[in-house]
Amino acid sequence: MLNVHRNICGYCGCCVSVCPEGALELIDAYLCVEKNCTSCGICAKVCPLGALEVVDEKPL
Amino acid sequence: MKSHYNLLIVGGGPAGAIAARTAAQKGLSSCIVEKRSAIGAPVRCAEGIGREALTEFVKPDERWISAEMKGAAIVAPDGTMMKLESAFAGNKVGYILDRKVFDRELVWQAAEAGSDVAVKTRAAAPIMEDGVVKGAKLEYCGKESRVTADVVIAADGVESKFARWCGIDTTVPVREIMSGAQYVLTDIDIDPHSTIFYLGNEVAPEGYLWIFPKGDRSANVGIGISGKKSGSGHRAKDYLDRFVQKTFSNGKPIEFIVGGVSVCRPLECTVADGLIITGDAARVVDPLTGGGIYNAMFTGRLAAQVAADCIAQGNTGKKALMAYDAGWRASKMGKSIERNYHIKEYLIKLSDEKLNAIIHSVTKLNLTEFSTLTLIKELMKVNPRLVVELGALAASLR
Repeated sequence: MLNVHRNICGYCGCCVSVCPEGALELIDAYLCVEKNCTSCGICAKVCPLGALEVVDEKPL
Repeated sequence: MKSHYNLLIVGGGPAGAIAARTAAQKGLSSCIVEKRSAIGAPVRCAEGIGREALTEFVKPDERWISAEMKGAAIVAPDGTMMKLESAFAGNKVGYILDRKVFDRELVWQAAEAGSDVAVKTRAAAPIMEDGVVKGAKLEYCGKESRVTADVVIAADGVESKFARWCGIDTTVPVREIMSGAQYVLTDIDIDPHSTIFYLGNEVAPEGYLWIFPKGDRSANVGIGISGKKSGSGHRAKDYLDRFVQKTFSNGKPIEFIVGGVSVCRPLECTVADGLIITGDAARVVDPLTGGGIYNAMFTGRLAAQVAADCIAQGNTGKKALMAYDAGWRASKMGKSIERNYHIKEYLIKLSDEKLNAIIHSVTKLNLTEFSTLTLIKELMKVNPRLVVELGALAASLR
């Protein structure tokens, strides 16, 4: 799944523009991740700050 | 706010503001909805614009001009500097704006002309009927409302969602997003009337680093690198910090921002039934310079003009609105995007050695017109190999 490090995020929207699924939306200063995110990691790559991270989902 | 407008404009940047101002001047009802709580902030821009490009839309005003530019310089990967000066000595060639105030001025002009404005108001979804865009569902402080419109103008910037919700793929390819970061640095030694561009794979891979003066001792010091070249440990911020540490170790930052700039081709089609897409949302940024203010204002104005004609004729379908799409593509701006796209594609493939060689070819250029086109033409004169390598593109530049 995609983790947003909100203490790092500069809420610039760079990630939103490259998301092939349209799964990201920047609502004012808050980056929303929709359920259709495929954890492809493209957004994490382009983020100017490194605020996005794809992490393995651990079963509860 | 009313429940229906001729034009509903999503986004209160330069594209949206000029669309609203134009619409209001033509007697149309219009409303700008801006999701942020303030027009103009946060800034996502290096704030540079050419003199003529600016004055086509608004009279320069010291309230929102940070600095006047008289020249520029390009620095090669090996540190060699090429100076670009106006053939007309002392001529103002461009401005560095204060976007926070500039954007407010444009929206204020739109409001004064008669447009409505709403801030902290988000277009959360389009209202669609049989595939036709009819307006938008809006959210403001937890309240939802529906506003219909004859035409919706999507001017929602690089993080555009509206067009996508209407079924248009707006995804920017990874290699064609510039991942950017910028400080406003103060207390630094700079030439306050010249912009500087640093090139090279070590400095800014497939992009460039810039110093755009904001005053005698302050500047926007920023960088854009290709999304393809970005990753953990080598992001825009990493490159920028390395440069600032080396060049302006005593500089004090008063602002730090990040952002994305598309340098891809524009959207395949920038209209749909009841919808026009403008500015960064339409991906009409200049692919070579990353400059988007002029292109946003240009497309914003044209969008309102075409919408006004179509509304008067009672047809706001895609076919009628295509006059907008065809219009900007045939314009000087549209042609410049296509040409600069090819030049960008050529330049990003050059090695540092080749970039050095081109910049070594001439230490100073006096340009009759301060544009990338004139610059490329001058460079071709002193670099015959460039003409060969650019091939058909070079022929088209003459």
